[in-house]
Amino acid sequence: MVSLLIIPRCGGMEFVMSINSLEQLNEMHIDVLKEIGNIGAGNAATSLSQMLNTKVDMSTPSVKILDINDAATCLGGPENVVIGILSKLEGDIDGIMMFIIEQDFAKSVLTSLLGVEEVSCDQLSEMELSAISELGNIMIAAYTGSISTLSQLNMKTTVPSIAVDMVGALLSVPAIEMGTVSDKIIFIEDDFLSGNNDISANMLLVPSIDSLNRLMKELGIEL
Amino acid sequence: MNNTITIGISDMKIAKNSETLVTYALGSCVGICLYDSIMKIGGLGHIMLPIFPPNNPKESKLRFADTCIPEMITQMERMGCNRRRLIAKIAGGAKMFNVAGDSSFGNIGKRNVEAVKDTLKKYQIGIYAEDTGLNYGRTVYFYPLDGKMVVKSFAKGIKTY
Repeated sequence: MVSLLIIPRCGGMEFVMSINSLEQLNEMHIDVLKEIGNIGAGNAATSLSQMLNTKVDMSTPSVKILDINDAATCLGGPENVVIGILSKLEGDIDGIMMFIIEQDFAKSVLTSLLGVEEVSCDQLSEMELSAISELGNIMIAAYTGSISTLSQLNMKTTVPSIAVDMVGALLSVPAIEMGTVSDKIIFIEDDFLSGNNDISANMLLVPSIDSLNRLMKELGIEL
Repeated sequence: MNNTITIGISDMKIAKNSETLVTYALGSCVGICLYDSIMKIGGLGHIMLPIFPPNNPKESKLRFADTCIPEMITQMERMGCNRRRLIAKIAGGAKMFNVAGDSSFGNIGKRNVEAVKDTLKKYQIGIYAEDTGLNYGRTVYFYPLDGKMVVKSFAKGIKTY
């Protein structure tokens, strides 16, 4: 899945090759994405801690390039019902970010934010949807902020859109919308610890291939 | 009901008699069931995009509506089916997210359904049941024994076609 790219040198001049699919990312690229995930998760933990008014710790995120089918397995199987918050990336980088949370996480957030006791995820009120959507917005901003800081690229996100449904049905959306040639997505998994809760949050990043090349170039990584 | 065959994304399989075909969580993708009631043979395809890109011949044929359906017909004929007898049942093609200020976002589901219908029409296969569009994910079960398609969703429960 991971292939090394050889950059030929010719008369002292470098011919920088660019990648045309996510499968061509090598270990160095994955490390860069990990670092982005790391800083993003740090920002996210801070935001989450302020939002929930509790101490939030985090573990090192794992970054994987996954097939949609495998990503669904990582998230409890394709039929597992989760909440997805999706935002389009605009500006210097175009792509899609999707933040995926389990129903339990959503429930505990709603309890601490709105004080609601009983939450049923199949019938979320406008108020509850809005609160979850804001949580997603903050988390997505934490990651785009980290990319922006590292690369000096200008990034904008659209107003987030929310869906409660089977994870398999949500996962295919970013890959299809970006017209990626393969079924691969960049999958960043973070574990947050808050009190007795171990919260697993998953961020999916699907940049257009042009944007990914631009990002790597700005970060000084030769492709 | 002992043998269940799972179809992943951009995949297609054929089964017969008491075998069960299933594809999980279709979002904007479309599940296409083709059925020959005499042979009790059914095929289920899970397509992701409408049209095969001619400039990218290495792509999987099963990923696209216009190439997956003929491939499924060919394989079913190889097992003894007659294409004149084939009927179709389709499900999926939802719009999972509504992005504010971008009305074209998520229209791929609709385009997938259109491409499936166009392709079926081209091969003169009638559509006997359809559960497409709207905004929720669907799991599709297909039973070659009686040709029934069962659509399961989080939002709307279970429906049999």
